Amino acid sequence: MSNVPHDLQYTAAHEWIRREGNVLTIGITDFAQAQLGDVVFVELPDEGSEVMVGDSIAVVESVKAASDVYAPATGTIVEINEALIDSPELVNEDPYEDAWFFKIALTEEEETETFMDAESYQDQCSE
Amino acid sequence: MATELNRTPLYQCHVDANGKMVDFGGWEMPIHYGSQVKEHEAVRTHAGLFDVSHMTVVDLTGPDTTAFLRYLLANDVAKLDVIGRALYTGMLNEQGMVIDDLICYRMADGYRLVVNCSTREKDLAWIATQASAFAVTITERPELAMLAVQGPNARAITASVATPAQADIINNIKPFNGAYGDDWFIARTGYTGEDGLEIILSADDAIALWKSLLAAGVAPTGLGARDTLRLEAGMNLYGNDMDETVTPLESAMGWTISWEPADRDFIGRQALTDQKAAGNIPRLVGLVLEGKGVMRSHQTVHFDGSDAIGEITSGTFSPSLGMSVAMARVPAGVGPACEIEMRGKRHAARIVKLPFVRNGKKVFE
Repeated sequence: MSNVPHDLQYTAAHEWIRREGNVLTIGITDFAQAQLGDVVFVELPDEGSEVMVGDSIAVVESVKAASDVYAPATGTIVEINEALIDSPELVNEDPYEDAWFFKIALTEEEETETFMDAESYQDQCSE
Repeated sequence: MATELNRTPLYQCHVDANGKMVDFGGWEMPIHYGSQVKEHEAVRTHAGLFDVSHMTVVDLTGPDTTAFLRYLLANDVAKLDVIGRALYTGMLNEQGMVIDDLICYRMADGYRLVVNCSTREKDLAWIATQASAFAVTITERPELAMLAVQGPNARAITASVATPAQADIINNIKPFNGAYGDDWFIARTGYTGEDGLEIILSADDAIALWKSLLAAGVAPTGLGARDTLRLEAGMNLYGNDMDETVTPLESAMGWTISWEPADRDFIGRQALTDQKAAGNIPRLVGLVLEGKGVMRSHQTVHFDGSDAIGEITSGTFSPSLGMSVAMARVPAGVGPACEIEMRGKRHAARIVKLPFVRNGKKVFE
């Protein structure tokens, strides 16, 4: 059974979101990393870039497959986790803490209404 | 579930070893037991254990068997001058295209073929049809299991859990040969680029051997690592790197075609002769990506100053090399520099001589 922390929000694309003020920290879920298998490469967006909700802005490659990571909300990339460039295996080892991908300063508050809570996300994964 | 999946006799062993079971061509098989990369490394540095019981074993006997196989296969079984010796070959259609690749062992009373599981039905139908004019008895052996033990320590550890007669074979058998020891058919073959064994044995013996090898420290290894290991070793995968749309000459299998003696008529010979005479034959090559990223099958390969495009047939991240490697079919006369189109962008790569890795070490320039 995969780990779904209750203090986070989720998207249907298997991303988790931790919100602090108007800044969203985003990563991929334990379920997503388990599906991908050994992660070998992560490509991140540029700091300062403007992103639109639904844009593919990062790529996570495992031995098995490549997978897009989408912007869950419109805003500006204020920080990226450069540790993932040299240590992509963190995505498998610690998906919710050390392996965050990027932070977005939110501009469109209403977009956050589509985020799921832990229970809804868990339901999606067990379907 | 639409259809019931086949299971090998080792199914419960995989579940007990925390195997992640997937549908692999109609068989419920382990893709990994936790980490594909760690399993890969175990085979390169120590020893890994694979259940390959899904593969199809076919025994051929009868007075015409040698003549039949010399007609059926592009490589020549007449080269198998010693009982137990093995041969890798393509089985071609009249157009010279690859129906399957297989290993053929010479046995005391005939020959044993090991063919792919994904092609089982069409292979058996093709063999039966072609055999109609020959006095040959074809016997599939679905009751037999097959284990592969691969890695630098594979033979030593397997010998330590075998009977004295089996250990004697394991310690002394030459590469690409097989022999019977106390009901196990033990061959020094594999699909990883490492030393090791493939053992064909009864279901009960396979379960017992599985358990004793795990107890002796051999790593259970799934089909995920099997694929990265074979790709690093520059070995083709049927359905990816070749199929019924290409010939062995286009599939880095030219060395498996036995042209001599010139009067041996084998299926596909004329088509291959014509293709060679026409020249300009595409080739299957190794690719190394210069930067970060992972090459995947069906991505396109582009060359400076040429409109001709190649296609990746198998691509992965190489755990042993820490970079992406691939096999690709490219037009004649291009390279070595090339670019791979990955997710809308071009990435620099180059053609290298296969294999990428042999016996744990990088071998290309």
